[in-house]
Amino acid sequence: MEMMEPETERGKKIRAFLRNKTSIVGLGLIVVITLIAVFASYIAPYDVRAQNLAERLLKPGWPHLLGTDDFGRDNLSRAILGTRISLAVGVISVLISVFLGMMVGMIAGYFGGKFDVLVVGIVDILMAFPTILLSLTLLFILGPGLSTLIIAIAFSFFPRFIRIARASTLSVKEEKYIEGARLVGRGDWGILIFHILPNISGPIIVIGTLWVATAIRIEASLSFLGFGVNPPTPTWGNMIRSGVTFLQINPWLVVVPGLAIMVTVIAFNMLGDGIRDISDPRLRG
Amino acid sequence: MKYHILRRILLAVPIAVAVMTFVFFIVRVLPGDPAVTILGNDASNEALAELRNQLGLNYPLWEQYLIFVRDILRFDFGQSMISRVPVAQMIKRALPYTVDLVFASMLISVLIGIPLGIATAMRRNQAFDYFGRLIALLGLSIPDFFLGILFMLLFSVTLQWLPLMGGGDLDYWGSRLTHLILPASTLGFMVAAFITRMTRSTMLEVLRQQYIKTAHAKGQYENVVIYKHALRNALIPIITVVGIYLNVLLGGTVLIETVFNRPGLGKLIVGAIMQRDYVVLQSVLMIFSIFIVFVNLIIDLLYRIVDPRIRTR
Repeated sequence: MEMMEPETERGKKIRAFLRNKTSIVGLGLIVVITLIAVFASYIAPYDVRAQNLAERLLKPGWPHLLGTDDFGRDNLSRAILGTRISLAVGVISVLISVFLGMMVGMIAGYFGGKFDVLVVGIVDILMAFPTILLSLTLLFILGPGLSTLIIAIAFSFFPRFIRIARASTLSVKEEKYIEGARLVGRGDWGILIFHILPNISGPIIVIGTLWVATAIRIEASLSFLGFGVNPPTPTWGNMIRSGVTFLQINPWLVVVPGLAIMVTVIAFNMLGDGIRDISDPRLRG
Repeated sequence: MKYHILRRILLAVPIAVAVMTFVFFIVRVLPGDPAVTILGNDASNEALAELRNQLGLNYPLWEQYLIFVRDILRFDFGQSMISRVPVAQMIKRALPYTVDLVFASMLISVLIGIPLGIATAMRRNQAFDYFGRLIALLGLSIPDFFLGILFMLLFSVTLQWLPLMGGGDLDYWGSRLTHLILPASTLGFMVAAFITRMTRSTMLEVLRQQYIKTAHAKGQYENVVIYKHALRNALIPIITVVGIYLNVLLGGTVLIETVFNRPGLGKLIVGAIMQRDYVVLQSVLMIFSIFIVFVNLIIDLLYRIVDPRIRTR
């Protein structure tokens, strides 16, 4: 006979998550978008670099379902390939930012002292700048390109994760089990790695997921401004940038990548709303 | 009250100094020659020498900093490395376009966001609530520059109601206003989404409080309960959010001014980065941050007006 186990806190949260339609739809969309990104080169009907000047600026129709750009390249194929860079930049930049932010925030929060004061001061100043300005400034220093783009976005999120990690460390540090660990002879670094890190990483990873949406939006904005990945590699941002010139002739060149960004960001926001509802029931709508 | 305001203004000074110092160090802390960092590896020796001279890179770091601070206090930002126009003049020309845009979008977002937030909270889980929440989700997810382009496509290209691009003539109110409508609506709609959500959840929280039940129980009119008892208590977090999203809004001006070809500070920054005009970039960043410090100051003073408890503290 099956034993009825008492429901754990985690079990309750997972059940609440599965009941939440918004987050399930969001998660489903993210899975689909990820699959598109992974298999982009198989799904795309045309070679994204194949130019055909006889078929320039075609409206949606057959065989180019979403039309062609000014070089006669297939709009749909480019949008599909664009998924790859947008998603990769979004996820990698947030990963870097979360990792570094957690390290600095934990050390500052745990040891306190002058280092903490310095970190808090720098974070406060950085937070005063709009995210996009921070990443633009960094791109100015590092120059354009895919890796600098990732670093620039990661850097602009960095202060937020330091702040969150520091605050969580401050509250966890006062717990009884930390005192216990110290009594059995664990050193400061052991406590940080084995006791504080596992206890603060959950919420930070959840918050990080939500920032992927913002990272994707910023990547698109920077590419749109001309500081992102250079053509001919298609990204949603640089597709909009080059499409704007032909807005009056073929608006689909702008609308398709724009909708792609929107759907992706909506998916992450829906997932985030669901997670927030579960972790903070007071805010449930 | 006067004493508090004065004290708060004085508190903003160290923040401004810190930001100024940060901008100063951005380029100078990097390894290598800052002049090469700025101009790139293939810059000519003359260009490098001139930049070192203009930024005072030949002096020791502390002396460079003193010169930097002295020049800022004199409103002497140097001259553009490309066009040779004094930067102070460029900023003076661009500033009104950005100030117009920021305040108009803020106004639009508050006028849409707060009533929509209240209305959705009052009709919780009814059709109108779902509609309002959907609009807010769209506002959160659509990239601002894309929304700007869509507005342009609809109102300027298809309907031809409003001018396609540019900032208009500042001396003529008609031109100034018609050129402002689309960019301000784009940014305003974005920020309205954040304000709607915050207003809704805060109102829901406040409506659960005992004093709201008391007000209802004593037979108070519904409108009085909502606007006098509930909204006034919900305003503090709402103002905080408005303050936070002003930051988002300022970042948004960079993109929106580029989309609409509006000659404001944001466009100036993008141009400066494109042309690697460090002198302009450094100065505009300064102006942006002073603007942010100034706005935070206003938000702080607003708290005092809204919440009597802070006023007496």
